[in-house]
Amino acid sequence: MLTELCSVPVTGMGQHVGAYGVQDTLRSGFSSVKNELLPSHALELSEKNFQLNQDKMNFSTLRNIQGLHAPLKLQMEYRAARQIQRLPFLQSSHLALDTLKGNDESISFEDILNDPAQSEMVGEPHIMVEYKLGLM
Amino acid sequence: MTQTFLNAVFLENAVLEAEVTKLGCNIPAARKTGTTICGVVFKDGLVLGADTRATEGMIVADKNCSKIHYISPNIYCCGAGTAADTEMTTQIISSNLELHSLSTSRMPRVATANRMLKQMLFRYQGHIGAALVLGGVDCNGPHLYSIYPHGSTDKLPYVTMGSGSLAAMAVFEDRYKQDMEEEDAKRLVRDAIAAGIFNDLGSGSNIDLCVITKGRVDYLRPHDMANKKGVRTGNYKYKQGTTGVLTKSVIKLDLEVVEETVQTMDTS
Repeated sequence: MLTELCSVPVTGMGQHVGAYGVQDTLRSGFSSVKNELLPSHALELSEKNFQLNQDKMNFSTLRNIQGLHAPLKLQMEYRAARQIQRLPFLQSSHLALDTLKGNDESISFEDILNDPAQSEMVGEPHIMVEYKLGLM
Repeated sequence: MTQTFLNAVFLENAVLEAEVTKLGCNIPAARKTGTTICGVVFKDGLVLGADTRATEGMIVADKNCSKIHYISPNIYCCGAGTAADTEMTTQIISSNLELHSLSTSRMPRVATANRMLKQMLFRYQGHIGAALVLGGVDCNGPHLYSIYPHGSTDKLPYVTMGSGSLAAMAVFEDRYKQDMEEEDAKRLVRDAIAAGIFNDLGSGSNIDLCVITKGRVDYLRPHDMANKKGVRTGNYKYKQGTTGVLTKSVIKLDLEVVEETVQTMDTS
């Protein structure tokens, strides 16, 4: 069975809250209470946080072995590399970030499925740039 | 960015499926392989065996599908369970193992492939329905692993998986000996798969074998055609001349060339 019913609402499914503390309909579409309280797939939460949890685990191990400086330095490098990208509506290669994280030596579902080059929708360039610059 | 895209796809599919089942429509079932796969370690290497039937519920979807997948030149993997899952999983792991082997400049080890597979299957908590028999010969000798859909693995001298695994395991438990010769091992695997084919509805057609030794891989497909399709004994075609010809008239049609166009083919 793909969908499992859990009776307790799960945290981490929250709405995308906009500037005034309400649902940002313009950016994240209409809200559905059911979609936000219960996960629609058993793996939804675990997959959403997978990369974050892996990073947290690796950083904490590194901190225990080498000291606080190691994860701090790495996180600073990641932050710097994450800023190397094209304009928001264009597809960035994230080459520096991938090399730092070691993703250049592995292939996974993100590389095969949902190729951004084949995406049917393209963002409206002006609005995306305005949003990124905070003018919107 | 890609993570959010993937999660969106996830969500949409799961939500759509829930809505459709509520309306009473059936989602098409994934094609399972309902298989017999097995492997056995012998003196200098190992033999992997598989049947060749792929089922879709009660119907045979593919009479001659290939269940022994390539992972690396010295490692092969048999797959049971959902056909697409085993195919994509083995391809992803094969690519990753190739990248890893290029990065370390060493022949890949079976333990590496095993660990990659088990970590991926555990991450998806059994939703990827792939039960695998992984075998290969590396610098430490021949190794045989069985990998279950939830991510547990066993390292054993002989393993079977799939719906026909009990029939095949019965043959193994009876006749397995340590340090067999290659021909004995091939015969044992062939008999085990045959037991699965004849006693399990989900397995059938031919027997494929893959013999892996240090420096040599024999991919025998098919090794044994256990279920040949019957030959028709009667012929219902009428012989030429059965119907008598009374008259024959030939009318020639005058055709003239009106237009001639040349369309170049894109042969790039």
